[in-house]
Amino acid sequence: MSVILILVIASLTVALGFLAAFIWSVKSGQFDDDYTPSVRMLFDETPSKEINNNEPQKTKQ
Amino acid sequence: MIREIVKEKTLCYHCGDPCTSKTISVYDKNFCCDGCKMVYEILNKVELCDYYDLNKNPGIKQINEVRKDKFAFLDDEFVRSKLIHFKSKTQSHAIFYLPQMHCSSCIWLLEHLHKVNKGIISSQVNFLKKEVSIVFDHGAISLREAVELLTSIGYEPHISLHDVSDTKIKKYNRSEIFKIGIAGFCFGNIMMFSFPEYFAVGIMEDVALKKLFSFLNVILALPVFFYCASGFFVSAFKSIRQKFLNIDAPIALAILITFSRSLYEIISGTGAGYFDSMSGIVFFMLIGRFFQNKTYNTLTFDRDYTSYFPLGVTVIEGEGKETQIPVSKLKKGDRIKIHSHEIIPADSILFLGKAKIDYSFVSGESLPIDVSIGEIVYAGGKQTSGAIQMEVVKEVSQSYLTQLWNNESLKTDQEEKKVSFVHAVSRYFTLILFTIAITSAVYWFIVDSSRVLNAVTAILIVACPCALLLSATFTNGNMLRILQRFGFYARNANVLERIAKANHIVFDKTGTITLQEESNLTYNGAKLSEKEQQLIRSLANQSNHPLSRTIVAALPFSLSLPAKKVEEQSSKGIRGEIDGSTILMGSSDYVLGKKENETDGSKVYVMINGNISGSFTIKTKYREGIKELLAGLKEKYKLSVISGDNNSEEYQLRNYFGKEADLNFSQKPQQKLDHIKSLQSKGDKVIMIGDGLNDAGALKESSVGIAITDNINNFSPACDVIFEGKQFSKLQLLLNYCSRSKQIIAASFILSILYNIIGLYFAVQGELTPVIAAILMPISSISIVLLTTGMSSLLSYKLKARTA
Repeated sequence: MSVILILVIASLTVALGFLAAFIWSVKSGQFDDDYTPSVRMLFDETPSKEINNNEPQKTKQ
Repeated sequence: MIREIVKEKTLCYHCGDPCTSKTISVYDKNFCCDGCKMVYEILNKVELCDYYDLNKNPGIKQINEVRKDKFAFLDDEFVRSKLIHFKSKTQSHAIFYLPQMHCSSCIWLLEHLHKVNKGIISSQVNFLKKEVSIVFDHGAISLREAVELLTSIGYEPHISLHDVSDTKIKKYNRSEIFKIGIAGFCFGNIMMFSFPEYFAVGIMEDVALKKLFSFLNVILALPVFFYCASGFFVSAFKSIRQKFLNIDAPIALAILITFSRSLYEIISGTGAGYFDSMSGIVFFMLIGRFFQNKTYNTLTFDRDYTSYFPLGVTVIEGEGKETQIPVSKLKKGDRIKIHSHEIIPADSILFLGKAKIDYSFVSGESLPIDVSIGEIVYAGGKQTSGAIQMEVVKEVSQSYLTQLWNNESLKTDQEEKKVSFVHAVSRYFTLILFTIAITSAVYWFIVDSSRVLNAVTAILIVACPCALLLSATFTNGNMLRILQRFGFYARNANVLERIAKANHIVFDKTGTITLQEESNLTYNGAKLSEKEQQLIRSLANQSNHPLSRTIVAALPFSLSLPAKKVEEQSSKGIRGEIDGSTILMGSSDYVLGKKENETDGSKVYVMINGNISGSFTIKTKYREGIKELLAGLKEKYKLSVISGDNNSEEYQLRNYFGKEADLNFSQKPQQKLDHIKSLQSKGDKVIMIGDGLNDAGALKESSVGIAITDNINNFSPACDVIFEGKQFSKLQLLLNYCSRSKQIIAASFILSILYNIIGLYFAVQGELTPVIAAILMPISSISIVLLTTGMSSLLSYKLKARTA
């Protein structure tokens, strides 16, 4: 009995943790725009560079 | 490295348009115009040329130079306060709609605005909505400067009257996602705590443990019942108050009964309850609803005139001083200045300048109209040549166009009147359900009265029409998504059903079946000398007839010579003496004296000094595949045309539409609306297909309003469906496809009835255990979802094969 009780508490805690994470993610707007972030993450951060006159790498969307 | 040299065309490095003779070659790159070059220079200076590496020629053509004081109205306190939605001591937040946004380069550049100007703190793009939200330091840069910055790099924000009106679009609704997440969480955990009960087949040894699990289930079921399912209760309550039983009513009843019976069982210790089944159906139904209602972020179906009208207008005060004021502050008697390509915001009288007003959006007439000084210009028209000055005679809200919009008939919400198929079926369903429940109640009352309550509640639990709702929502959601791939954006699922019922299609002409601003002019006959061309052009210039205008536009520019003894016979032709030559232009019976067969467009014959030189043939360009499309539609629907244009195309249209079609010309927007109304009152279900504001009333009045647009990001009037012009020839296939949705729903409904019969078999005997319910519920839900999505996808596969 006591073992099961501990397991139940453990599983509920984990589940509630995920629920809290889910609520936080919705609140922080992660579900509002499901397209732009997927593009944004592909940009390389190039702080400063010389203008490259060779054939630049072209990524077609 | 050898570079491939493109011989035929030099493309602009910025916008990708072919460069003409005026190519500007600098920095080893080619630009089509100064505007494009300037944008490149700005970006080059701040080292943002990655913009050009991400995509090829990502820029936006900078052909129309923006006036320097165009955004002066943004300095107005009232406008500023409406556009800035958050302001602290150091920063301001504003969101702009940038219709030009089209690729990842745009996202990249717009999110690096802080490099272009230090005043910008940060910027974030929502690509699907084509919005950029900008945080800027209002000590360093003003709102106007921020907008001018965007404009300077080619992204001119669209700021319309709508942005400052009080009815703002509501913010993104997150509660649906919350509900789904919480229902899913509770469903999973209740299921877990119910398993021991199921596997022990009702005999659990540890009573305390059993109590603990039941207790946890009750707690977990509370948010499902009170929060997640609240939408069903509200909708059911509303429907009962309107004395109309919708599908949510029996569902709400089933949820309510399941909840109370489970609660009773657990408290009295007689059973484990059906909380797992209850939260399961709520979870699945919420997903179905979400799937069906997920509307297109990029499209708006409820645009009114405020979205078309500019926000600011130049007003001329006392001593010729020009100031920018918001359109909403425009008063009767104000003197306004309208620049080229601007929309006239209020009915006004012209008093200075050459007005050439394009009313195509308001009235459907395809050619711009010349307005003389002293004449009235209606709001909604677009000035096309140079700046003009006018005096406002009516305020914005009282203008001809806006009044049409405020027309009473447009306000009635038709949604309410139309009873959906699903709701109608659910009504019979509920009726049958109650009959079964009462019959078995009577039976058990006679045989074993202790089982009455058990049997009745079990029937109501198991026979919840959630399967019907699931099949409808998943089919519709899938259908909408598939149609979207074919450029057919329906506002909601209800529209599909209305399309299936329609029997009459009404077309607008200009911009709908013909292509706007594009007509074909050909000349047959003896070659015209330069002098002759000048003579023809000069005479045609005397006339306001659309055909004359087309001829003027097509002939090379030459000075107009003064014409004498000009005589114009309306809809026949024009004659005049120019430079000693007598010229006649017009229809065959006017010029030749006999009627010629005009089969392929309108013909204008030309006679110079008694000799027939030849004829111009002016063909309006129709959309591709129109002939086949109309031939097909004729079989199934009644067809009509209501055009704001004159009847010069009647012959050609008759050819396409056939003898029975009802062709109406020179129809004003109000007449179009009335026409639809009279058709509907005769019992026809009308699909109206139009494009401009002039069709707005008719689109709204009809059973289904389809707005054709050649660019879905352009503004289309309020409607039920936004349809891409280039897919026009597929219209019939798509309409047929819409009608199929009902069949799919019916098929899956039959399947769900089978599950219900199995469930009822146990329920009427009073032997519906939680295990059986817990097995039946997911099986029926999942198989229905698979069936509906599978069937609609199969149909779409066939559709694709047929259109390919």
